[in-house]
Amino acid sequence: MARPRGGAAVRTVWHRLGLALLLGALLAPLIPLAVWSLARGWRFPSLWPQDLTTQAWARALSPNGGVLAALGTSAMIAALVTLIAMALAVPAGRALGLMRFRGRGVVFAIIAAPLIVPSFAAALGLHGVFLSLGLTGSFWGVVLVHLIPVLPYSIFIMAGVFARYDTAFEAQARSLGARWRQVLRHVTWPALAPSVLIAALFSFLVSWSQYLLTLMIGSGRVQSLPMVLFGYASAGRNDLTGAIAILYILPALLVMGFAAKRITGQSAGQLGLR
Amino acid sequence: MTDRLKLIAMLGPALAVIGLLFFGGLGLVVARSLGLFGHGAAGFTLQAYRDILADPVFMRALGLSLYIALVSTLISVVLALGAALLLRRAFAGRGAAMFIFQINLAVPHLVGAIGIFYLLSQSGSFARLAYAMGAITAPAQFPALVYDPYAIGIIAQYVWKEVPFIGLIILGALQSIGQDYEAAARSHGAGPIRAFVWVTLPQIAPSVIGAAIIVFTYAFGAYEVPLLLGQSHPPALPVLAYRAYSDVDLAARPQAAAMAVVIAVISGLLVLAYLAAWRARAGGRL
Repeated sequence: MARPRGGAAVRTVWHRLGLALLLGALLAPLIPLAVWSLARGWRFPSLWPQDLTTQAWARALSPNGGVLAALGTSAMIAALVTLIAMALAVPAGRALGLMRFRGRGVVFAIIAAPLIVPSFAAALGLHGVFLSLGLTGSFWGVVLVHLIPVLPYSIFIMAGVFARYDTAFEAQARSLGARWRQVLRHVTWPALAPSVLIAALFSFLVSWSQYLLTLMIGSGRVQSLPMVLFGYASAGRNDLTGAIAILYILPALLVMGFAAKRITGQSAGQLGLR
Repeated sequence: MTDRLKLIAMLGPALAVIGLLFFGGLGLVVARSLGLFGHGAAGFTLQAYRDILADPVFMRALGLSLYIALVSTLISVVLALGAALLLRRAFAGRGAAMFIFQINLAVPHLVGAIGIFYLLSQSGSFARLAYAMGAITAPAQFPALVYDPYAIGIIAQYVWKEVPFIGLIILGALQSIGQDYEAAARSHGAGPIRAFVWVTLPQIAPSVIGAAIIVFTYAFGAYEVPLLLGQSHPPALPVLAYRAYSDVDLAARPQAAAMAVVIAVISGLLVLAYLAAWRARAGGRL
């Protein structure tokens, strides 16, 4: 079939237009957040704030404003959750990625379940037990409950990493007389360290994003960054909300910038961030 | 160490943590909904389920959440297919475009919901644009896109957040099947749309449906987005369940637990149906 001349050029224009629309729409909700963080009095119907100011940022970043403390709390929780999750996920991922055994499908299903069934249901059940154990309203209670969405995710990333990992190098080192500890240190770890780091960063982000689990088990006493963000948002403090929202997504942007190329098309790797 | 013991040592701790926290929590919420556990539990009863099923607010919340999840998923899948086709081609600046496409995977739903609120509310960016273009003269004339009965704001947020998620899965699937089949169909005279719909789409369908189910269960069971962007009567089901749970009246807790069980069962059934279909397709190999 003969195409009219210039068809390719027309298609390119449509392609550009489609891309511009798509990327514009994806960025659109982030723009008012950034503008609000610098706005002083931005009333309807102005398209742009009457005055720009860094007041909201100064308030958000002031040492006794509560925002930095919440940032610290979120970071501590996410770091501990990541540490525990990775300690469990590396061996589990190795077993799932490298070993074939009976019941592997069942094990997969058990690990996948928390990624699909809303963890809110489980947290509702845990709440009573955590209450009697003194874990509600506590930092450690929140760390524990964050493991529900984070751990399955870390395991699946590590299983994917190990599925592409060749154990022949380990066997070779063993056959040359290396002890297991030496093999781990000189063969296994150097080969896996970059992937473990990526898995840890994404696990961190999954914990970092949790809102409802922190609210339920933290009982409002564990003030993580999303708790503070939600507080200002529902109080209508748009300027502070904007500044905190930008602060809140910064680690996400950094991690994505660092790891963007590695996640394309790895469906398991995206599950926890959907 | 035998292989069996090794396996148990490697998988055991992780499975124990998931078992205790997730399945333990789920078991407790079931027990609580059946009157077997918790404050005021007096033995097996289906009363909590009878109560919620007789409650019109529950039924409307359930309907609203199903509607939100279904519409968000359908729109996301269609737009994600389009996005994947746009991004599949080689073009100058593809790296940067892919980066922007991936960014909001990592942006928490809470931030997306606040951003959508600032865009869509009656004094938000779109209302201001409408005013600047002379389409409205006061905020109240702008259509209600948040707190509205059609849950437009909520759906917009999920679509915004999930198009990249599904899109990346589709791009991965497209990459793994390659473009040979589609090219062959084209060379036999099929137009671009026919070639895509009849040749490529069936091959990527399992990934697309899998991604769609994940999106559906998320939109069905998520809390903060409908809390921020949704109407309060009736609220989305998770919001209603949490409200019942944090009610000062402890008698509402078994009902909250029953609602959580309903959410979990619907999500679980969908996934089981998908796995069963997938298994049938794969001829029993899993």
